[in-house]
Amino acid sequence: MRKKAKKIKKEMDILSGIPWVYSKKVRQHFLQPKNFMKFGEEKKFKYNAVGMIGSPACGDVMKFWLWIDPKTERIKKCRWRTFGCASAIASTSVLSEMITKNGGMTLDKARKITPEDIIKELGGLPAIKYHCSVLGDKALRDAINDYYRRTKQYNKIEPGGSRIIDKVLKITERDIEKAIIEGATTLEKVQKKTKVGFGDPKCLPLTEELIKFYKEKYNL
Amino acid sequence: MKRFYFDYAATTPTRPEVIKVMKSFWKKYFGNPSSLYYEGRLAKTALTNARKKIAKIINVSPEEIIFTNGGSESVNLAILGSVNFYKNQFRRPEIIVSQIEHPAVLETAKYLEKNGVGVISLNVNKNGIIKLNELKKKINQNTLLISIMYANNEIGTIQPIQKIARIIKYFRQKNKTIFPLFHTDACQAAGYLDIKPKKLGVDLMSLNGSKIYGPKATGLLYKRKDLELTPIIFGGGQEMDYRSGTENVPGIIGFTKALELSQNERNKEVPRLKKLQKYLIANLLKRIPKIIINGDLKNRLPNNINISILDIEGEALLLKLDELGIAISTGSACHSQSLKPSHVLEAIGLPHEFIHGSLRITLGKYTTKKEVDYLIQSLEQVVQSLRELSPLSLKEK
Repeated sequence: MRKKAKKIKKEMDILSGIPWVYSKKVRQHFLQPKNFMKFGEEKKFKYNAVGMIGSPACGDVMKFWLWIDPKTERIKKCRWRTFGCASAIASTSVLSEMITKNGGMTLDKARKITPEDIIKELGGLPAIKYHCSVLGDKALRDAINDYYRRTKQYNKIEPGGSRIIDKVLKITERDIEKAIIEGATTLEKVQKKTKVGFGDPKCLPLTEELIKFYKEKYNL
Repeated sequence: MKRFYFDYAATTPTRPEVIKVMKSFWKKYFGNPSSLYYEGRLAKTALTNARKKIAKIINVSPEEIIFTNGGSESVNLAILGSVNFYKNQFRRPEIIVSQIEHPAVLETAKYLEKNGVGVISLNVNKNGIIKLNELKKKINQNTLLISIMYANNEIGTIQPIQKIARIIKYFRQKNKTIFPLFHTDACQAAGYLDIKPKKLGVDLMSLNGSKIYGPKATGLLYKRKDLELTPIIFGGGQEMDYRSGTENVPGIIGFTKALELSQNERNKEVPRLKKLQKYLIANLLKRIPKIIINGDLKNRLPNNINISILDIEGEALLLKLDELGIAISTGSACHSQSLKPSHVLEAIGLPHEFIHGSLRITLGKYTTKKEVDYLIQSLEQVVQSLRELSPLSLKEK
């Protein structure tokens, strides 16, 4: 009897280790998201910065509410909402933890967070899903700009530190340059990495020019 | 954890009756049908009888049935085989397909297009049905083949195959030609509709086993007797030279049984599923705000429900339901390898933001009302939790 059970177990070896779609950390944050804005909480939550990025048509929209301590300019509290797939939800959730832990991140540090930082924190993402977390850092930067606008520190506002190419998704020239350096040498590949043009299709001719320019610049 | 399967259009479990008839063909009767000795003759007899049985079920001659390794292969053979065989009779051969065909058809058409064959894609209306007037206008002297699916795999809409066949027949008579040939992909229809090629008026028809509780990687292509095809797989000349390779005897035996049972039970199963479908739609509309039903409600398979749930995204929905034991499918871009949203939902004019929140529920033989109730309750709960996370509030047109 035991022999038979052992035999069946051996035969089922082929089924061992069924993976989930993403990493454990993504699963955890997707199923138990942290710091999101609950129904009815909008009126109670005290904030002094709001940022939003994305469009429903391209499949991801992220919104951040921040409470920034005006004295220390650290992010003390945050809330978010995300429309998007599991990795988009998880990446916003993990980002919300990154910026509020240990007494809150300074705004200077927070606006330097890159998609790669978020992906690393998540324990990796499939390459095709990179754009989901590309948006989280941009929503955050949008919120930080909003804070500077509200506090009239206009000189500190940076549209991502570079010229904005896609107005809707706030994809900058630097984002495109980076994608090209990382090997995205066609419009299709750059779009896959950055989503440029998904928000504002009118920027595609300009994007193509930029691709040509940077390809020549870096001899790609 | 108990699982609740709502993706019968993706594939079906193999039913016990099918497994039972296949059993002896794995080990006991394992012979190669091409061998002359006893084991071979036995396998050959089983194969011949299976072919005869299917021929009887769909009212064709046995030599009109080519067994293949599945639906995609049947479709490839129908399209590539006929185009390759007949293309020299045309100055510039063309094929006509609908926008909402299965990728097996669309990708084959794309391949042909790269090789100089004209491909005309027919629009569908917002209910997911092709426009016959447009078809009439597009048929011309260069049309070699028309391939229109019988029932759609995503939204379950049923195309007017007989009417299309009449248009084609009229064109042939008027122009004294045997073209265009007419192929239909009937894989999704086989469990629920009348699939007799002569009654439908088709020259070629693809069927498979994995959608009708038969084994995976089994299928057939019906080919009208007087037509020819260039094979796409070459070798020992099995299947009357149309499809080389040792026949999958257990698979064919199982597929035959599955087709026989599903056609026999169709008259009982269709009303049962229709009732469940109606119940499910009514309750979803009642209990979940802001949802849209996609595709024609009347000309539709009885097991298909396709909805868009506003303000949330399909992949997240799918994975949340998966946690609750529910297996279900979405047309969202995030779900696909290419990050492209469903081409079928695009074709019926659904905006991208609605496609992202689309859900395909397909019922089947083992779906009970209790399971449907569990689905409704789970969906209500999951939609609420994802809407709480969402910054959107879209308007229903």
